[in-house]
Amino acid sequence: MAGKTLYDKLWDDHLVKQRDDGSALIYIDRQLLHEVTSPQAFEGLRLAGRKPWRLDANLATPDHNVPTTDRDKGIDGIVDPVSRTQVETLDRNCDEFGILEFKIKDHRQGIVHVIGPEQGATLPGMTIVCGDSHTSTHGAFGTLAHGIGTSEVEHVLATQCLVQKKMKNMLVRVNGKLGPGVTGKDVVLAIIGKIGTAGGTGYAIEFGGDVIRDLSMEGRMTICNMAIEAGARVGMVAVDDTTIDYVKGRPFSPKGDQWQAAVAYWRTLHSDVDAVFDKVVELDGADIKPQVTWGTSPEMVTGVDGNVPDPVAEADPIKREGIVRALKYMGLEANMPITAIQLDRVFIGSCTNSRIEDLREAAAVVKGRKVAASLKQAMVVPGSGLVKAQAEQEGLDKIFVEAGLEWRDPGCSMCLAMNADKLGQGEHCASTSNRNFEGRQGFGGRTHLVSPAMAAAAAIAGHFIDVRELTH
Amino acid sequence: MRAFTQHQGIVAPMDRSNVDTDMIIPKQFLKSIKRSGFGPNLFDELRYLDEGQPDQDCSQRPLNPEFVLNQPRYKNASVLLARSNFGCGSSREHAPWALDDFGFRAIIAPSFADIFYNNCFKNGLLPIVLSEEIVDKLFQEAEQAEGYQLDVDLESKTVTTPAGESYSFEVDDFRRHCLLNGLDDIGVTLEAADSIKDYEAKRRQSAPWLFNAGH
Repeated sequence: MAGKTLYDKLWDDHLVKQRDDGSALIYIDRQLLHEVTSPQAFEGLRLAGRKPWRLDANLATPDHNVPTTDRDKGIDGIVDPVSRTQVETLDRNCDEFGILEFKIKDHRQGIVHVIGPEQGATLPGMTIVCGDSHTSTHGAFGTLAHGIGTSEVEHVLATQCLVQKKMKNMLVRVNGKLGPGVTGKDVVLAIIGKIGTAGGTGYAIEFGGDVIRDLSMEGRMTICNMAIEAGARVGMVAVDDTTIDYVKGRPFSPKGDQWQAAVAYWRTLHSDVDAVFDKVVELDGADIKPQVTWGTSPEMVTGVDGNVPDPVAEADPIKREGIVRALKYMGLEANMPITAIQLDRVFIGSCTNSRIEDLREAAAVVKGRKVAASLKQAMVVPGSGLVKAQAEQEGLDKIFVEAGLEWRDPGCSMCLAMNADKLGQGEHCASTSNRNFEGRQGFGGRTHLVSPAMAAAAAIAGHFIDVRELTH
Repeated sequence: MRAFTQHQGIVAPMDRSNVDTDMIIPKQFLKSIKRSGFGPNLFDELRYLDEGQPDQDCSQRPLNPEFVLNQPRYKNASVLLARSNFGCGSSREHAPWALDDFGFRAIIAPSFADIFYNNCFKNGLLPIVLSEEIVDKLFQEAEQAEGYQLDVDLESKTVTTPAGESYSFEVDDFRRHCLLNGLDDIGVTLEAADSIKDYEAKRRQSAPWLFNAGH
């Protein structure tokens, strides 16, 4: 019998009941909650007269609607009354049902996918869900983690389970070593460029190979975060010393004897050598250049030394039409160099790239330099209150501010512009977030996805530039 | 949940692949704490020429005449014909809520994004996968004939054209069962409450660190 993949092991360990019709009940160890996708779930519980199955499996925080300035005012600092109501509703629901919440003024508040790992609320071997597609982030810890809709948020609250059908297994192996200036963000954008935004649909992806093994937890989280941008709800990395070192000593992490027992179990969380994957994709790390998206889908991506594509060269009529539409929306000419794209704003933040390592990489690029005068704004939004505090302890905030970037308070911010941080119509933004969809960062806004180092370099130049020209 | 057994309705063809959930319902409308009322803002940025705001009277807004749902012939459409990877991106269930609130009962496409596909079933909305070839043919027919309707039957798992051509589709037995009967799947899961408790008791022994209450 063939060995098991990491996904097979996580699935088997959480199987409550297999039904004859092929569906299964899967136990959920952790649910993360935020203000946007939970109000209707709590309301559903209330209407049905149901109670949460297991309170201590839940952790909540407001992140999408929170402002990134004036945070000392707490909820009163939210100017938009509709946003304020949503955050107040989360507070009220968590208070009523007895769920632990890091409220807006708590120094531990932050983006759910940053605070879970930071608190040790994300542990290897767990099943983790959240009403947010970027829940795949947590797979970096050898967990089975994925986004769900609000009905399933309610389902997990009420039953601690989900009805699931097993996905197929895909291995994305990134071999060799990355060149200097190339990061986890560039790796995942290159993967999406290769397999497409639907390439992972129906699969749980495990990311492996020497490049992944050499990455920090921050880099691995960035890669798993964007598995959904390749269509896969689940992205995973096997547990190793890097994982265990990261988890150790965090507030929710096991202690004492439990720590030893947990580590012994976590060491088994990797695919067996004879495991069989339904699909294997290979990339060579040395081939990956700093990436920049030019279009309105994350698969519309190329190296910084590349050009905007010419739709005439595309044989598939539906794809060709997609390129024509994207170039029109983005205001770009076919065949123009990526480095000729002039920028209006720069955003460094989001659940993809707002952790301490991301901020260090960006700070290293802008240190001693100045943001281009042509930019309207360049902002840095740390992923959590604790990331912010650590960055300030390291003096990163001063480096950013001296270079002319704004140093903000934690939240999702301009990744999806539900708060006051957004792009104006027609503005181009170098963004470390995860989606370049039409209107994502503001009505008519034009997003280019890049790594923190590339965003920082773009802030200095005012247009895209190979970060390696500045730093190496 | 509203049951879905059979539905016949006017088909609106939306000829564009990778329609993401940000496009289906933009973020500013996600601030609502309700499950209803999203219909007027379905495809907001494609449908109107101005930027929409929550709680706005959409009847006074300038319409984009080029957008398919603004054409009078598709005004009462209840079957959406779409291209591949429909519903990609964000997990927002507001997307199926908006489609449902507009009046759609079924969506036909060559492929759907996983989370969106799953969310549809929770709301009595039926996503149907048919081959690229068949979808192409349906696009041609829907664009040619005004008032073109399809008959969708979940019982027999078929889509039937006005000419009487019938196409079969696949759907998981459990999802089909819940949809046909309009079942509350939380209620179904709670019937297995003893199995969940048994699992938890075993897991508490083998992995006690998963049950530490907070910190």
